[in-house]
Amino acid sequence: MIEPFLLKAFAAGAGLAVLTAPLGSVVVWSRMAYFGEAVAHAGLIGIALALSTGLDRTLAVLLVTLAASGLLLLLGRQNLVPLDSVLGLIHHGSLSLGIIAAAMLAGPGVDLQGYLFGDIFAVSETDLALLAALGLVVGLAMWHLWQPLLRIALDPDLAAAEGVPRERVRLAFTIVLALAVALAVKFVGVLLVIAFLVVPAVAARPFAASPEQMVWLASGIGIGAVLAGLSVSLAWDAPGGPAIVLAMALAAAASLVAAGLRKSR
Amino acid sequence: MATPARVDPPHHARREPDCCDQGHRGHRLDTHAPPLPAIGTLVSARGLTFARGGRPILTGIDVDVVPGEILTLIGPNGAGKTTLVRLLLGLDRPDSGTVHRADGLVVGYVPQMFAADRALPMTVSRFLSLGLAPTPVQIAAALEEVGAARVAGQQLASLSGGELQRILIARAVLRNPGLLVLDEPVKGVDFLGEADLYRLIADLRDARGFGVLLVSHDLHVVMAASDRVLCLNRHICCSGVPHAVAKHPEYARLFGRELAAAYAVYEHHHDHAHAIDGSPLPVGNDDLGDRSA
Repeated sequence: MIEPFLLKAFAAGAGLAVLTAPLGSVVVWSRMAYFGEAVAHAGLIGIALALSTGLDRTLAVLLVTLAASGLLLLLGRQNLVPLDSVLGLIHHGSLSLGIIAAAMLAGPGVDLQGYLFGDIFAVSETDLALLAALGLVVGLAMWHLWQPLLRIALDPDLAAAEGVPRERVRLAFTIVLALAVALAVKFVGVLLVIAFLVVPAVAARPFAASPEQMVWLASGIGIGAVLAGLSVSLAWDAPGGPAIVLAMALAAAASLVAAGLRKSR
Repeated sequence: MATPARVDPPHHARREPDCCDQGHRGHRLDTHAPPLPAIGTLVSARGLTFARGGRPILTGIDVDVVPGEILTLIGPNGAGKTTLVRLLLGLDRPDSGTVHRADGLVVGYVPQMFAADRALPMTVSRFLSLGLAPTPVQIAAALEEVGAARVAGQQLASLSGGELQRILIARAVLRNPGLLVLDEPVKGVDFLGEADLYRLIADLRDARGFGVLLVSHDLHVVMAASDRVLCLNRHICCSGVPHAVAKHPEYARLFGRELAAAYAVYEHHHDHAHAIDGSPLPVGNDDLGDRSA
């Protein structure tokens, strides 16, 4: 007999894996992993905000991730300093601010680890309902943006010259990404969110011949990693989120090694 | 599309005191640039100025591209050719001046660098269908037209530079464009392939009647395939039919007298090749060995 808490943890993990697969693939194609990382880590400020104001945690994280995305997009327009350096500034600045704020606001007994790595075993039915509802929104938005996103990922200038509204599509994707990050933070924490997006997509790449195949494979690999991670977590009493991400990373490493062997043969 | 009369649109060359001898056939003598774009143009730009980091890249550029013509933009490296194309396509905004594109103009664009990221798996057929809805027959026909029929099922990342250029041209043509813009389409293509590529572009123009804006930094092959040449070095040095531009003193100054003189030899052979229809371009000619890079 499977414990209900385990079932809920699996449902949340598998749902997230399916939801983040298309987003993670676009992030990989568009080289936005570091961008996503910076936005996700800023989410910790949102958690501090929720602790201090009593605002809903997901909403507070969403507000901060949106603000961080907007700031990054604006800073990306200056051309004095390369974007990855600016990302580093925002990334570590907001992470530090978030840790300080969360630690101070929550008092001395705060479990900071829960915010950094999430607690997938503490999923409630309300959390699952929210995941399903907002997940649907994210899914529909991605369905709508899919073709223009592919064209921009291939060549932004070619897409723009052909009439794709490049800036609008990028902005829309950034909002969807912020929403997905805010949703996932509760389950896997601010530090591991982007791994949840990116690592299954990386694992899927060597075996995909089309963008959609890569998304389906990434979903499947993500679900498999959730299963494996939760099992390991139960068997050895390891933290759930990191166990899942470790399983994803092992799958990605194996996949890339297999691709390398296949090529060199 | 009806083929319009080949008339030099007015005012594509702004006067620069150092560079234009009056009465040259590439120039018009009237000096008052009209505030409105010429009627019937695909793209029309007036008084474009663009600077980056305080350094002027383009000043006082007037350009028109009309339907059915091949307008070639030549100039040395760093002359601002790609910048001008980006302004005309609306990819960058000029600091001053106006760019007007015809209403509903469909642009087919072949960018200078198209490095299909290996992280994105995609076959050639899928790439040709992205954002379009061609039938498999149309895709096959477009690939046939550019001489790349056998790569339809291959991954973009596995193509050679020359194959990729042809695929990009196939995509541009599938869009049924009013204007085809190619930025250094022969980069990374060997000399024989280069002549082939320019002939392909001219053939496509003949069959479809679209306007072509072609960027190049080499001279001879590209000039012979053009209707009009615009010689750019941050400003427009001279412009007109290839024959006239080749004789322009500013052109000789820009590219060196010897190199410029080689064009006449090339043109002769080209005319000859046309007369006997379909014979290969004179690639063995020694005069062509020193093409500028």
